Amino acid sequence: MTTTFASHTAEPRPRFFDLAAAEWLKLWSLRSTGWSLLVAALAVLAFNAGKAWDNVRYWPDEAGYAEKFIADGIPLMHAFTTDAGTVMMLATGAFGALAVTGEYSTGLIRTTFAAVPARRSVMAAKVCVVAAVMTVFGAVVAAVSFAATQAILSTEDAGVSLDHPGAPRLVIASALLAPVAALVGAALGTLIRHGAGAVVGSVLVLLLLPLVLGEDRHWSAVLAHATPYVAWMRLGDSQYDPGAVPYPWTAGGAWTVYALWALAAAAVAVTTVHRRDQ
Amino acid sequence: MIEVNELTKRYGGTTAVKDLTFTVRPGRVTGFLGPNGSGKSTTLRMVLGLHAPTTGTVTVDGRPFRDRQRGLRHVGALLDAGQVHGGRSAAAHLRALARSNRIPRARVGTVLEQVGLAGAARRRIGGYSLGMRQRLGIAGALLGDPPVLLFDEPLNGLDPEGVKWVRGLFRELAAEGRTVFVSSHLMSEMEHTADELVVIGRGELIAAESLTDFAARGSGAGVTVRTPDGDRLAALLTGEGATVRVDGDVLTVAGVPAARIGELALDHRILLHEITTRGASLEDAFMELTADSVEYAAGETR
Repeated sequence: MTTTFASHTAEPRPRFFDLAAAEWLKLWSLRSTGWSLLVAALAVLAFNAGKAWDNVRYWPDEAGYAEKFIADGIPLMHAFTTDAGTVMMLATGAFGALAVTGEYSTGLIRTTFAAVPARRSVMAAKVCVVAAVMTVFGAVVAAVSFAATQAILSTEDAGVSLDHPGAPRLVIASALLAPVAALVGAALGTLIRHGAGAVVGSVLVLLLLPLVLGEDRHWSAVLAHATPYVAWMRLGDSQYDPGAVPYPWTAGGAWTVYALWALAAAAVAVTTVHRRDQ
Repeated sequence: MIEVNELTKRYGGTTAVKDLTFTVRPGRVTGFLGPNGSGKSTTLRMVLGLHAPTTGTVTVDGRPFRDRQRGLRHVGALLDAGQVHGGRSAAAHLRALARSNRIPRARVGTVLEQVGLAGAARRRIGGYSLGMRQRLGIAGALLGDPPVLLFDEPLNGLDPEGVKWVRGLFRELAAEGRTVFVSSHLMSEMEHTADELVVIGRGELIAAESLTDFAARGSGAGVTVRTPDGDRLAALLTGEGATVRVDGDVLTVAGVPAARIGELALDHRILLHEITTRGASLEDAFMELTADSVEYAAGETR
């Protein structure tokens, strides 16, 4: 009496690209995505340009000041200030955290995992999309910050160009700060599964942790160097003097810290969802 | 086909589902009934692989659902109409789902049309009524044209017209040969929808049978007889093995069919004023069977 249902079409081969495309659609179909990125970009830009503007406004009227200003590496310090770096980490860490927890708070994650039982693939796709969007975001913000601050300083002939020693490294390190912080936020999001908790967690890990770790003792210096914030400061410091600190380290070490945080965070985000009940 | 085999789920010290075994067959609508907190949603989550069973297995068309790479072409599910992001439009929500399973984008328009949401497709879900969200959830379940469909309390929040439509849809899907498994805590919702029933209480199976078999379990079924000679007829019927309640000139009889009662009355020249067969009330059967397993019973009325 009963007929058995036969599907009309054969199932196509599953592709990772489709999952990434779905995550892309999900991200950009929320109006808040574009707005929050715009606000974050403007905030970072304001901190950088504001500092440069401040310098130009109170420019001392003495001969050779601009040359000294450049020789001391100050144009590069203004190209991406520590305040701007802090705001950038805060905003992108929260972005990564909310990209994950936004699905948990609504229960959408169950709809997602019922549609795609391969949970690790879903999270891998999400991590890829977040990392890609954040890399572009970071690159735009760092490039525009550099261009704007140097243009402002150039009114007093104190701006430098991108081929200035240390400038490319500063711009790249600042740009990559965004995906690194966002991936840490996403990893904390999968662990905590709660929006506010994950944002607070990423502030603690990304911003407060480096504050409490000093450079005076060896163990403390090693731990400090292992944080993305301190690694970014090392990469952005064009005048780094290994003799001036008790425990110096290399730029290569700082790049390694970036890479390890990104990889570890991605691994946590992808594997955490596999065994746990959703 | 959904095959649940000795399924048990414990969360810490509490057992949500215990030793459940039943089969949901294609081609009919199967109702999944139980009071609130009886383990229906937990069971459905295990069917979908969202929660892992503590012991036992559950397969959909012979395979654990978690083993599938993509799910929408195998099982369509509406677990909770709230499991969507309020900031997206219905169309965007479905487009992302379709994309993840490599389902052609045109299908989104088709299912939105089918559930009657085409006009609201571009509005944010946050502004939807519960009934509209239910329709959106149903659209999502239909997206992959799957052979198995699960619905957890799909009638919540629907207006009478919506309820009628959903019932028709379920019947239609079953008639196409699909497995349709619908949960509810209200028997009345299942009465005109389901062919088969799986009834659970406190996580344990109470019944897995056809609707008619289940209805016959209730003691509400029987015959009402009105006669001036009630005591004599009652004695005769009791002799036949019936349960009889005498209430003035009205007898309530269970266990003997109306035809036999008529025969007995004729043989013994007993005058009958009225003889009526009362169908069993499913609601009564359900209440009786689950009375022991209601998790949060209201206090006794004084």
